[in-house]
Amino acid sequence: MYDIIIVGGGHAGSEAALATARMNKNTLLITGDINYIASMPCNPSIGGPAKGIVVREIDALGGEMGINADETQIQMRLLNHSKGPAVRALRSQSDKKLYPERMKNIILSQKNLTVVEAYVKSLVVDNNRIHGVQTQDGKIYASKAVILTTGTFLNSKVMIGSNKTSQGPENQKPSLGLSPQLERLGFTLSRLKTGTPPRVKRETVDFGKTQIQPGDSVHRYFSYYNKNNYDIDAQHPCYLTYTTEETHRIINNNLDKSSMYSGVVEGVGPRYCPSIEDKLVRFNDKPRHQIFLEPESQFTEDIYIQGFSTSMPHEVQEAMVASIPGLEQAQITKYAYAIEYDAIDARMLWPTLESKIVESLYFAGQINGTSGYEEAAGQGLLAGINAALKTDKKQPLILHRDEAYIGVLIDDLVTKGTIDPYRLLTSRAEHRLLLRDDNADTRLMEKGHAIGLISKERYRKYTDFHKQMHDLKMRFKNIELSPTPKVTDVLKTLNSTSLKDRVTFYDLIRRPEIKAIYAKHFDSTLDFPNEIFERVEIDIKYEGYINKARKHAEKLRQQEKITIPEDLNYEDVPNLANEAREKLKLIKPLTLGQANRISGVNPSDVSILSIYLKSNKNQNRVIR
Amino acid sequence: MKNDTIAAISTALGQSAISIVRMSGNDVFSIMKTVFKVKDLSRVDSHTIHYGKIIEKGKSIDEVLISVFKSPTSFTTEDMVEINCHGGPFVARKILTLLLENGARLAEQGEFSERAYLNGRIDLTQAESIMDIIEARSTHALALANKGLDGKIYELVQSLRNKLLDIIANIEVNIDYPEYDDVEQLTDTLLKPRIEVLIDDIEAVLKKADIGKVIKEGVKTVIIGRPNVGKSSLLNALLREDKAIVTEIRGTTRDIVEGEINIGGIILKLIDTAGIRDSDDLIERIGIDKTRKLIEEAELILYVLDNNEPLSEEDEQLLTLTEHKKRIVIINKIDLENKIGRSFDNSVQISALKKTNIDTLERKIESLFLQGEVNVDERTYLSNARHIAAMRQAHQHLKEALKSASEHQPVDMIEIDLKTAWETLGEIIGESAQSTLIDELFSKFCLGK
Repeated sequence: MYDIIIVGGGHAGSEAALATARMNKNTLLITGDINYIASMPCNPSIGGPAKGIVVREIDALGGEMGINADETQIQMRLLNHSKGPAVRALRSQSDKKLYPERMKNIILSQKNLTVVEAYVKSLVVDNNRIHGVQTQDGKIYASKAVILTTGTFLNSKVMIGSNKTSQGPENQKPSLGLSPQLERLGFTLSRLKTGTPPRVKRETVDFGKTQIQPGDSVHRYFSYYNKNNYDIDAQHPCYLTYTTEETHRIINNNLDKSSMYSGVVEGVGPRYCPSIEDKLVRFNDKPRHQIFLEPESQFTEDIYIQGFSTSMPHEVQEAMVASIPGLEQAQITKYAYAIEYDAIDARMLWPTLESKIVESLYFAGQINGTSGYEEAAGQGLLAGINAALKTDKKQPLILHRDEAYIGVLIDDLVTKGTIDPYRLLTSRAEHRLLLRDDNADTRLMEKGHAIGLISKERYRKYTDFHKQMHDLKMRFKNIELSPTPKVTDVLKTLNSTSLKDRVTFYDLIRRPEIKAIYAKHFDSTLDFPNEIFERVEIDIKYEGYINKARKHAEKLRQQEKITIPEDLNYEDVPNLANEAREKLKLIKPLTLGQANRISGVNPSDVSILSIYLKSNKNQNRVIR
Repeated sequence: MKNDTIAAISTALGQSAISIVRMSGNDVFSIMKTVFKVKDLSRVDSHTIHYGKIIEKGKSIDEVLISVFKSPTSFTTEDMVEINCHGGPFVARKILTLLLENGARLAEQGEFSERAYLNGRIDLTQAESIMDIIEARSTHALALANKGLDGKIYELVQSLRNKLLDIIANIEVNIDYPEYDDVEQLTDTLLKPRIEVLIDDIEAVLKKADIGKVIKEGVKTVIIGRPNVGKSSLLNALLREDKAIVTEIRGTTRDIVEGEINIGGIILKLIDTAGIRDSDDLIERIGIDKTRKLIEEAELILYVLDNNEPLSEEDEQLLTLTEHKKRIVIINKIDLENKIGRSFDNSVQISALKKTNIDTLERKIESLFLQGEVNVDERTYLSNARHIAAMRQAHQHLKEALKSASEHQPVDMIEIDLKTAWETLGEIIGESAQSTLIDELFSKFCLGK
């Protein structure tokens, strides 16, 4: 008997399995092939806007993705560096061979974690409660909870041109039995589609015809307090090139051969990640599209052609690739394909990612309608944490929208659902200024520590770091500057204007051109690491904006404090509009705030609900 | 959410000796601090009454009595004030608008009682009547909202929002797709002129909103002139019939508006008609200081001169005093010989007694307020206090954004206020969905890997 079984060893499954095992739960991970644990079937990178912050959050909660990306990166770049601190985001090019390899080793050596190579045929459900799973070889594994992290494998079909074969990503077997069973249990399934571009052989690419895009020249890490000094000069660059008129002519002439336009595809594709033929059809006035050439690994020859995902037949792909500057002679090593798979309606989940229909059955990752390694990993971690907390009969961990991008992601999924594959964007977060790349530790490390995923030693580093931040702020408040000629001279060298009155250095940082590190001009005894200066600078420089954002968030939090019993019978609530009643019955919001975010539930419905709740105070409250 | 601060006029609209504006919530005293300078009401005892003036930008709006109720011993159990101001809808509405501009939200129907119930102040039987109100609200809310919102206003607000959304979506794409080179990278310098254009647009709307207010609330008008120049006959001529449209409320000397005349689409609210009817000699009766105050309060001055008499020193004095106001110089008795020997801008020659050129005067009044460009029937103006307050707030946020841009703040910081402005405008038309923004991103830009 296991405590928790995880079905699927992708990015969601890996985080879920590690979290439950590290929380001392006897865990079983069932996956088709251990060599595909945390594999990267699409782009060879981790992070980017919003997603990079998710990786930081996973790290602060004690997940593995951040450290795994740090240890296996071949390039690091901080995006939006010139913009404000809230939108900066780290992105790595990750070694496609090393990343899964390291994750596999971590998983195989993890205490409390057993790995079995198998395909799950069915779930063992009795009386709306999960009891384990049965694999295709007939074996039954019993457990208290099950987390489904099947990614794109459910009833998956790979499409190239007019060909459609029942197959999973990277030539793996699809998972066929679960979809019908889920439907029988009452889950609503939808069909989603995604795709991946062709890869070409490195030595056949003429990089001279492209623009080089190197990594950053300073050390960058996803993981907090990581001191691994990698070799900056050993980073692998990416390259930028463009489609041509010829590319567009080839695509337009062959549109009917693409799976997308030949009627083969049933699933809904992601709006943010369209195939190249989609881009041409929807934006036909654009003369060219950007194409990034990304190295997949230091050990393989594959170059990933970002921006060129397609479902054209092989011969058309060859012509398309050859029409791009730099790729005239390029040899395709892997052809592009589109893939279609089943996902559930995530509105059938609680914010803990446990299903409302079958108790102790959790869902995480692409099966919930998302896309992206980071989105999957974030959900996997939270599903694992909550499954473990539940078996211990502890309070769940639900991250609020003002606490983490992971909170925004899960709240969006379970409250609004999604039609096309869901990608996190900074635009989805209304409290962006609070959810920064720099402060994920402040937001979450305490929680990670409380549930046992952040070790004592790491937690001590966290408290030390924050003590230093506090000390430096105090030092800044004590550096008093007067409008003397000496100060004026220093300010001049810093491209700043002279003072009118006495100020502290703390106040001076509010000037856009003044960096915290400049304090050393006025106090040479300041001995703090650069990271501390950077973090303190953000806190001080944007204090006004941040306080405003915090006030706004606190206002919205009031509604989050009013809980709704999960077994509330909405038929008993008088005067609700019909649409609102139906939506509330499906989604079963846990707080008034969540109810307010459901589309189709109007403010008047929320008032009615709120009055009803107050008048039924004695009612039992089951808290997830 | 339930503790945000709400305000409303609690007395019936229409003519009355006093009106009461009520406010409840967390920020009651901090809002009062900005409009009532006599004392800090957060420091006074609960259940006490305080006299003083309500101030807008240093100018007094009205003398009021304020009742203070402190949490939890108030009707809603929250901090509350009741502002007893002068009667008639105008003053109360002006005070309400001021409170809304300073952070209060217009209370929905039944909301004070709703709070009283939610906070345990009244019991369920009492609350049932509130349920009825809310039920009515949910069934009719949409219809009501649509009724209150003219299609033209919707278009106007929507066009402003669209312009804002263009900028916001551009910034969002810059953030979420930093390497995407097909869209302009907006910088503070590029943003500045675009924000300025929006500010101008909103200022134009607010100016028009004043016209909307004129149509809805009327124009405070005072008729001035020396004795016997024909002020009473002018009044009668404007009234056309002897029907008593001029309503006088005796014994309420604190009331300034004493009667209304409807000219075309505009309501003239006559101030101190007593001056015309009692002694026919305004200055003599009330003194120059009071006249000055009257002139200050008036939005339209009808200055009456006798065509048959030369200008007196008094006239010169009053003409100078009224120069900066919207003023029409009415030269009466044109059937008699011209002895004024001077011409004026914005003047009309009439004979009040013989009713000559009265229609010319009326058209003149109309054109002065409607600037000849608007048709009263179209009602393309914001006239609702909540709409105007929201528009002013949006204006304020754009100003903040402009300030951030001038300080070279990062674009995503500048965008915070742009977004708030966009959301505030959305409140006018009941739209504020985050998803709109994301749809915009993907419909406008060709994004993705």
